[in-house]
Formats: sequence, structure tokens, C-alpha cells
Amino acid sequence: MAPNRRGTAGAPGGAPAPPPLPGGSLVRNGSPAGQLVKIAVLGLAAALALWAAFPLYAAGNWIGISVVAGVTALIFYVYLSPRRVPVKYLLPGTLLLIAFQILPVLFTVSTSVTNFGDGHRGSKEEAIASIEAASVERSADSVDYALSVAAVGDPAGGELVFLLTAPDGTSYAGDAEGLTELAPGDATVSTAGRITEAEGYVVLTAAEVSARGEEIAAFAVPTGGGSGIRSSGLSAAYEGSATRAYDEECDCITDSASGAVFTADDERGVFVDEAGQRLPQGWQVDVGWSNFTKVLTDPSVNASFFGILAWNIAFAAGTVLLVFVVGLALALVMHVQGLRGRTAYRILLVLPYAMPSFAMFLLWRDMFNADFGLVNRMFGLDVDWLGDPWTARAALLLVNMWLGYPYLFLVATGALQSIPRELVQAARIDGAGAWQAFRHVTLPLLMVAMTPILVSTFAFNFNNFNAVYLMTEGGPFPPGNPMAGATDLLITYTYRLAFGGQGAQYGYAAAVSVFIFLIVALISLVSLRQSRSLEEVH
Amino acid sequence: MKIRSASVFTGAAALTLLATACGGGDTGGETQAAAEDAMVIWADDERTDVLLPFAEEFGDAHGVEVEVQAVPNDELQSSFVTAHQAGSGPDIVVGAHDWTGNFVQNGAIDPIQLPQDTVEAFAPTAIEAVTYNDQLYGVPYAMENLVLIRNTDLAPEEPASVEEMVEAGTGLRDAGDVEEIMGLQVGQVGDPYHIHPFYTSAGGYLFGRDDNGDYDPTDLGVGTDESIAAFERIAELGEEGSGALKRSIDDQNVASLFNDGRTAYFVTGPWSLPDIRTAGIPYEISAVPGFEGGEEARPFVSVQTFYVAAGGANKVLAQEFVTNYVAKPELAVALYESDPRPPALTAALEQIGEDDPDLAKVVAAGENGDPLPAIPQMAAIWDPFGKAEASVIGGADPEETVTAAGETIADQIG
Repeated sequence: MAPNRRGTAGAPGGAPAPPPLPGGSLVRNGSPAGQLVKIAVLGLAAALALWAAFPLYAAGNWIGISVVAGVTALIFYVYLSPRRVPVKYLLPGTLLLIAFQILPVLFTVSTSVTNFGDGHRGSKEEAIASIEAASVERSADSVDYALSVAAVGDPAGGELVFLLTAPDGTSYAGDAEGLTELAPGDATVSTAGRITEAEGYVVLTAAEVSARGEEIAAFAVPTGGGSGIRSSGLSAAYEGSATRAYDEECDCITDSASGAVFTADDERGVFVDEAGQRLPQGWQVDVGWSNFTKVLTDPSVNASFFGILAWNIAFAAGTVLLVFVVGLALALVMHVQGLRGRTAYRILLVLPYAMPSFAMFLLWRDMFNADFGLVNRMFGLDVDWLGDPWTARAALLLVNMWLGYPYLFLVATGALQSIPRELVQAARIDGAGAWQAFRHVTLPLLMVAMTPILVSTFAFNFNNFNAVYLMTEGGPFPPGNPMAGATDLLITYTYRLAFGGQGAQYGYAAAVSVFIFLIVALISLVSLRQSRSLEEVH
Repeated sequence: MKIRSASVFTGAAALTLLATACGGGDTGGETQAAAEDAMVIWADDERTDVLLPFAEEFGDAHGVEVEVQAVPNDELQSSFVTAHQAGSGPDIVVGAHDWTGNFVQNGAIDPIQLPQDTVEAFAPTAIEAVTYNDQLYGVPYAMENLVLIRNTDLAPEEPASVEEMVEAGTGLRDAGDVEEIMGLQVGQVGDPYHIHPFYTSAGGYLFGRDDNGDYDPTDLGVGTDESIAAFERIAELGEEGSGALKRSIDDQNVASLFNDGRTAYFVTGPWSLPDIRTAGIPYEISAVPGFEGGEEARPFVSVQTFYVAAGGANKVLAQEFVTNYVAKPELAVALYESDPRPPALTAALEQIGEDDPDLAKVVAAGENGDPLPAIPQMAAIWDPFGKAEASVIGGADPEETVTAAGETIADQIG
């Protein structure tokens, strides 16, 4: 493994060469298998880059293409470099970190400053198109024409013509200029009433119509007064007019039927009339920090936020405490030497861990049912478990403990086995009681291994959406506030705020997510610091 | 913003592909090309199989390819809106009519122009349901509404009012014949759909109607004196009252209560009938009764609908399919056979009604029903209204609870 090439990872002359990196033989020149693997992986990267680039090119997304090109170039540069650089080992992980951690966070933050959500998804142009298309109304005296779509000359590119048969049997040809009556001899009308052939026109097949679908959907044979004959599918047409039209000069939409004028409000992304009535179709706009200030200043949020935060912390901390105490206690019992049937007990103990938690929460919810639930029936109780704030919280913690202790039991069992029994024996010889030996010898050693697990358990349960949503949906709710329930976590509360009311509000949800992210980050930071100081003690 | 987020997405997608090294790069292009030519219909799993032969027939008749794709029903609405926005949506989507408002505000569907004689072939309530802002936005194919199903062994007489039903149910419970007075799902967070007949009978309403008969989002009925009075009557049936309505009865256990003979009355829809028949309970169907001296009990009527996507690649074909094909009685009958809800087409209903007498009873029970509001503001109702219902049934003060729910809803509607 001695370096056989000049220059080693930028080491200055005279400095000792760094030790060879693990796995270096895979990329070393000379190993044919390693070279083959390298060629295959790089080829795959190139193929994937091409595969990703074509749709991006079709969409004209130059930024996307440059990102793909840049990443691919970086991969090739790094792995074709003859030097043995550590970035060869870091690159896959770094790319994954960027793709799955940093980009989602950046995307969440960028969403949080918009009003993205139902009614504000697309661009202003899309909203205008949708408003105009939705306002096409059938004229009061409209008749139903039988329709054949035809073209002059080339079916794929020739000028569109609607061949129409009125209910009285008269045939017309309609183009962008207007209607022309066809002489009875010029057109062949089928028994269904549609024109199948006409002099000078090519009747399009369904596939040909479909190919020109957008053009046909936008096509109208003008009949005067702003109205026109439009298609309703392949075989029928009607006379109608769009009552709403966009006017660029006033940046507004005028309704010709009612005379109402809806002016664009570019701050909210909606068209509103003077009375404050808005059109349903809006568009996405940047709203700055208003989603964040809304979280902070909305009185209905403020009133319940701290109560929920307190329960949220209590829930996560309570869960950690319960699963730790129960898991550790069981591990200690199982650790007793000479216990018979230990394997069978262990399997029984980790059983809840093997169950899908999704189904278990629903099952437990039914078991806590006040009238039909197993818990009340078995113990002869009459407790309204999920209907009272404190019993609902207790039930939730119990179930969460039931699902969570096996993991801590497994971890504690492993950690206990790594602590030499001699240490405890020595303490006992020195005169310590069983409790003292556990408290001052076993537990501190255990905590070194367990603290990171406890921190991650805390972080996981801090956002344990499934547990709360499937068991109680955040309830029970106080009569005066249907938005914040007794068992709501910040995440279930956010979910309700963002998706419970006016449909989906991704912008607002993203803002609250950023707050939760900050809270969890802060708590994790503090507790990890604590655990580091714990390690330093030993 | 759009460009930035798009590049973030594509960058992430490219990195994902590179990182996970998922193969099959060259087949991807081909399937995409095929999907662009074909007309695509999205429906839930149950309806997909039924639609397939009809889609094939339509495709053969017009020389085009038609694909029917199954999307789980609870994700259908949001998946469609998201896919439409991304430009990869279907041409036709099949779903409940109360999605209309949300689809329209997101510009995801196009209005549909039906000839007058086709409109008249449908039940008027069905047409009313799919009309939003004076525009027809979908073609209905089936309707459903709540009914009262009673166990004729235990309760041979049809109750004329809620009070009669509760009295008879209480008698049966006290005699030990049943466990519960009646089966109406409430749950810990309530169920606005199932309580609606009781709520309207006691005088409550959700949204007022404007001059055209459309729901008016500015006239919110929750939190008004009428709604408080209605919840006071519902509270009398609750846990502190007669005990007919309980939070412990929810969507999970209500059907087994009735199917095991543990209650004599069951407020539910036609979807429960297959299980009741399997359980062998002798039953009779009638309209959900109202309170004595109250107004009519009006259940929600919801309508299953075919929508034409605004962003579809085959809009003309899609229009053709829904305007000329969905109105065919054969399709309605086939859909009925896979899922026994009354067809919206009067002709299909008559055809099936001859063999299935229950169907006419379900339809009769829904005749005075309210179409489920399709306005986007309805989304703000469900959650707070349901919780108010659960609280009041659990014994909370109706005035305080309903006022708070009304304020929350008004806040969200903005």
C-alpha cells in the first residue's frame, strides 16, 4: 500500500505522507476489478445525467441543466483524479446530505415566504387563463350543433373548420371568419346528424383532433357580439361567450354580464372587486415574513402555543423517562445470572417492537373506548379515557411507552453486557449495597452509551405525529377552542392550522415547520452538550 | 420563486438519481411518450375495473388509447391538484362533487357544456351539486345520502320522529334486548356528515343560499342563534341527556353494533347495505326522522362525478368522453354493480330499481337532501364543527361551544 505515485494529497514537501485511506485498493490504478467498477459507476453517472438532462432541456430549464452538468463534472473530476484525495470518500455522502437534508430545508424556507397553497398554486397568467376559461357561458338561445372537426388541406396543420349541423338540418362550415351555410349537395350527413364529408375540407379523425386538442379547445367560430361556437367534445358544439376578460391596462378582470370589475391585488395574489369579493382563482406571490409574523401575532395561535409547547415537552420527556425506566428495569432483571428461559422472555419483551406502530395505535385507541373498550371492560372501570384531558394524556403516554420500551430494553441489554461484572463485584466487596453499586458504578457507565439514544428518542417523540394523530387526533378539545386539543403536539397542531381550514396552506405550514425545526434544534443542541459534559466526567 | 424552486427540485432529482443509481434510464422516455398520446383517467381502485371495458370501447371507437389508473380515494383529490400543477395530471378524474370548489380555485378543471336534453336526463339534485358559480363542472354518475336502517325484528314500526325512535330504543335497551339506543357515528372529534339531518331538523344550517340557490360563503350559519338552538336539542340526545348519541360510538364500531343486533337503529348510507345483508339482519330503510315539531331532517347528498382536467393533453377527447359517454345508462349500471350507490341518471335508476327495491328507498330518503356544499370554504367547516358536535354530545355548554366553533370557522374563511 506504499504510495507509488508522486505527490500525496497536497502534502507539503518533507511532511510525512498520510496513512493510506481505508478501501484505497478499490480505486488504485492497476487493480482490474477496481478499474471496472470505477468505469461502470462513472458510466452510470453519465447515463443518469443524460437521462435527467433531456426533459430539462425540453422544458428549457437551463439552471437545472447546469446543476446536473456541474454535479456530473465534479464526480468525474474527483474519481478520475490520479491523486488519492479524501473527497473521494466524502463526495457520495456530501451529495446525499445536500440532496436530502439541505435542499429540503432551503425549499421549506423558500416556501415559507410565499402564500403557496390551495387557490394560490400557479402563476398569474395561469389564474387569468383559468378565470377566462371558466367564464364561458352558453348563450340563452344557443342551439346544439352536431360537430365534425375538419381542416383545409393538411389535417395536421391546415386551417381549422367546424362542420356544423343545426337541429333543423342546415349545414354550416365555420372558420375563424365566421359561419358559411353549405349547399345541401356539398356535404354528406350521417344518420347521427354529423357531416362525414364536405367539399373542400378534410374531416379529422379522433386521433388527429386529439393531436390538435389545445388549438381546438381555444377555437371559436365568431357569431357576433363576442360570442362564438365552441366545441364540446368531438361531436357537439354550442354557442357561448366568455363573460370575463382580462384587461392589461387596468390590470383587472371585467365581467361583461354583471359589469363587475375585479382588480389584481399583487400582494395577496387575488382579483378583488370593490365590495371585497374575490375570484376563487388566485396565484402565488411572495408575502415576505407575514407567515412568520402570523404565527407570532395571531391571537388564536398565541393563546394555545405555550400550552401545547409545554405538553409537547412533557410528552417527549415523559415518554423518554418511561421507556428508559421500564426498558432498563427489564434489562436488569434479564441480566440476573442463572435466569431460566431468558431467551423466551426476551422474545416476549421485544414483541411490541415487532408490531407495526400504525396499526397498534388504532388498536389501542379502540381498547381505550369508554363503552366498548377492553381496558374499561377488563378492569370493570367507567373511565372516559379519551374524553378527559388528563386520562387522554395518560393513555397516550402508556401506549407510547408500550411501543417504545423494547428498543430501550435492547439497547440497555447490550450496554449492560459491555460493563465488566468485576466492577460491580469490586464495589460490592468495598461495602457498597446493591443499589449503591448500581447508582454509582453501573448507571454512570450505562449513561455514556444510552444518553445519545435518549436524546434521539426525545427528538423523535417531540414530533411523534402518528401517536397523537392516530390515538386522539389531538383531542379532547376544550369547548371554547376547537383548534388546540389537550394532547396536541406542535406538529399535529401545525397540521391542523395548515391543512384543517381553508384547504392546504403550504406557505404557512412551512413557516410553522421552521419554528418547530428551530425548537427541536435548540433542544437537541442543549441536550447533546449535556451528554458531552457527562462523557468528560468519565 | 418558481424558477428557483423548480431548479431546486430538478437538482434534487438529479442528485437522487445519481445517488440511488436507479437504472432503467432509457425505458423511462418511452413510457412517458406513450402516456402523452393516451387519454388518462384517474379513479379509485373500486371504479377502475369497471371503467376499463368502457374506456377500451371508447378508445376503439375513436382510434385512440385510453388508460385507466387507480389512485387511492383519500389521496385522489390532492394528488390530482398537485399533478395538474406539475403538468403531469390525467385528462379525466373521477371523484366526489364537493371537490369542485377546490379544483376550480386551483384552475384544475374545465367547465362542461351539456346539451339541455342530457341535463334533463339526470336527477336535478345531482346537476345542482356539480354546478358551482353558475357553471357545470362535472358529469354526475351516482348519488348517496344518509338513511335510517332499522332492525325489523327489534323495531317493526318506522319512527315518525327522533323522539319516537329514542323512546323505542331506550325501551329496548332497558328491556335488555339491545345495548345502545341507536347507532350514529360520533367519535371523539365528531362527524358533521352524519349529524347533518339532526342539525337541520333542529333548525341549523351551514351556509345560507344566495338568490340563485348557491351556497353563500358570507352567510355562515355556525355560531348563529339557530345553530345554538339546534345543538341544544342535540345535547338532549347526548351523554348527559338520553344517551342516544355517544362519543364512544365511532366509524369503527358503529356497523358491528347494528350487524350484531346490539342496536335497533342505524343512521348510515347505502354503502353499509352489503354488510347488513351478509350479517342477515332483517332490515327496512326509511328517511332519517326529524325532531318533533322541528323542520325536515335534510341529509347531505353527495354526488360522484367525472371531471375534465384543465391541463390534460387530450381535452377534446376528455370532453367527448364525459359529455357523450358517461351519460350512457350502461356505464351507470356497471358502476352501480361494483358499488351499490343510486345512479344519477334517471333511466339507469329506473332500470336498476326494478331489481333492487332498496335503491328507491335510499333515493326517496334523500329527496329533500342538501347537496354537500362544493364551495372551497366548506373545508373550514369540517374540523371545528365536528369537534363542537363531540363536545356538546359529551356534555359541554352548547352556546359557548358553538360560538367558539363559529368564530374559528369565520377566522379561517377570512
